[in-house]
Amino acid sequence: MTAKSTDVEPAPRPPEGSGGSTTRLGDRVFSNLSKGSGIALLVIMGAIAVFLTIRAVVAIRANDGNFLTTFAWEANADPPYFGIAVLLFGTVVSSVIAMVIAVPIAVGIALFISHYAPRRLSTPIGYLIDLLAAVPSIIYGLWGALYLVPRMTGLYDWLDQFLGWTKVFSYDGSPARSLMTVGILLAIMILPIITSVTREVFKQTPKANQEAALALGATRWEVIRVTVLPFGRSGVISASMLGLGRALGETMAVATVLSPSFLINASVLESGGGTFAQNIASQFKEAGSMGRDALIASGLVLFLLTLLVNGAARLIIARRKEYSGANA
Amino acid sequence: MKLSRTSGRQRRALSLGAALAAGALALTACGTDDNSGLPGAVDFSVEGLTCGPDGTLLASGSSAQANAMEVWVNTYQANCEGSQINYKATGSGAGVQEFLQGTTAFAGSDSLLSPGEVEESRSVCRDGGRAIHLPMAAGPIALGYNLPGVPELTLDAATLAQIFDSRITRWDDPAVAALNPGVDLPDLAITPFHRSDGSGTTENLTSYLNESAPEDWPHEPNKSWRGRGGQSADGSSGLVGMVQQNEGAISYFELSYAHQNNLDTVRIDTGAEEPVEATVENSSNAIAEAEVIGEDGDLALQLDYGSTAEGVYPIVLVTYEIVCDRGNEPGTLDLTRAFLNYTAGEEGQRALAEIDYAPISDDIVEQVRQRVEAMD
Repeated sequence: MTAKSTDVEPAPRPPEGSGGSTTRLGDRVFSNLSKGSGIALLVIMGAIAVFLTIRAVVAIRANDGNFLTTFAWEANADPPYFGIAVLLFGTVVSSVIAMVIAVPIAVGIALFISHYAPRRLSTPIGYLIDLLAAVPSIIYGLWGALYLVPRMTGLYDWLDQFLGWTKVFSYDGSPARSLMTVGILLAIMILPIITSVTREVFKQTPKANQEAALALGATRWEVIRVTVLPFGRSGVISASMLGLGRALGETMAVATVLSPSFLINASVLESGGGTFAQNIASQFKEAGSMGRDALIASGLVLFLLTLLVNGAARLIIARRKEYSGANA
Repeated sequence: MKLSRTSGRQRRALSLGAALAAGALALTACGTDDNSGLPGAVDFSVEGLTCGPDGTLLASGSSAQANAMEVWVNTYQANCEGSQINYKATGSGAGVQEFLQGTTAFAGSDSLLSPGEVEESRSVCRDGGRAIHLPMAAGPIALGYNLPGVPELTLDAATLAQIFDSRITRWDDPAVAALNPGVDLPDLAITPFHRSDGSGTTENLTSYLNESAPEDWPHEPNKSWRGRGGQSADGSSGLVGMVQQNEGAISYFELSYAHQNNLDTVRIDTGAEEPVEATVENSSNAIAEAEVIGEDGDLALQLDYGSTAEGVYPIVLVTYEIVCDRGNEPGTLDLTRAFLNYTAGEEGQRALAEIDYAPISDDIVEQVRQRVEAMD
């Protein structure tokens, strides 16, 4: 760092001495500010991790059941016994459903906005999608519980009729407050973040590449396939990871729509299951001190899960980057 | 040409903006000053309320008594300017926790403290005092159901237990039909709904089921649901929504929720001559039959879930204010005493019945007043 600044020192000064020195002061302030922000971020993350770990260790030591395999949450009982198996399953399954639905649609919308729609249409649609992100999650929860759930039964009956034999899509006709409905709702909720990042990335595709492809006689779809998609791939992945992060941590919407229980149901259309965030929200109010520590332990697992997902995404992006058009 | 077009667009934008602004003004004009969210019948003026000293009182806890607290707090503050009472309906567990940390003057709770928590309270209570329970409001836990064409339905503890444990699954089940002669029960699946969050309401209902029908409800009473099957939703309001939305649904919540949403409630066949309806009077009768099990001034109550007396509704939730028997913070003690004196007083208790809570019976509320007086 010091070496660098001494490198800068002998650089030719601008004619106005005072102006030059203020710029360098500004640079120093800015560099320190950003360095400080970076360090602050590390400290905050570290503090969260330490806090979660300390409280989690207390709870896990007292746990009479197996933290990973017990299908119950009786953290206020004496002795307490609780496990995260159901929560882990529910969180992962609902998020995966959300991703499977949201990513293709988001990419489609992004492509439409960046390459197909006339400008007059693309701007309002972009705004509209971004507006979805401004809707509070409890509103999604209420909309989901009051509007979406009653309208899901028809679709689920249909799925049960044709795919019921897989067990995954069997349906007993009870109110559709299941992981599948949660997944669909989460898909809508994460759409704006994925769409807007993806759209920006697609817009950055070098014009030269696209025009070259056009010059070679490619259709518009072929242009997208050979230039836009490869160029934007790592961006799409990072956008999806942002969306996944939101889906993993969504609390109120899930708590409002899901009918949670501490059983793993093989069918995603039938009620049951739970997610980390939803469980924390519903158990916190009546939790004693051990109950809270147990919830914090489950929060730590969610924290680790998010870190893991983000790490994996970074790895994928790092591997793919050299093949994509990003550095062409 | 181009110029005139933009100006035309601007003009249109302007007129749109003006319309929006006018609309917004018109809408705000519709607001009223009544933001309490309570039925209009509630009157905050009270005679003979003895005010405590000015100051701020912090309390938190049970959300089951949130509506009662709102009336009490508003009335007290309307009559005693300079007093600020801040009750946060965070749930009993959180309320007790905050009380034991010494941040609140009292806690609202609809379940009793554990012996360990009473022991813990000695560190926040002054002069070797400890936490005691003061029953302050009660209310029937109504069983709301959604069956079009069946405005009256009678069930007993055993059938309720089997319904909530997913062993009776159709409304036209012989066990249900036997209790409702002459009622045309539909051939419809029963969807029982329970609370997904921990709740004193759940604990009370399961206590009733476990004591009145132990063979049909083998699960220990608990704040979290232990029955099999069924669906769950968050909070009493969540359950009400589910019952309204689903034909064939049945669930449990405080009576006020059923009334506000015009839901039919189950009459309980307790063994008395007539099935008992979930009403304020019938749950007051249950409180009158309750036994004080606390010792040394503690007024923890034990309800008789198996009572077969006429007009006694068995599933009743009692909310306690948890205080230190000799006070905790000297600074807020007088205000706490004045406020609880009002809530336990005649006026405070009378206000309850108007909002679907049951007043505590006379001999017990008399003891509550004595305990409040003795805090010093």
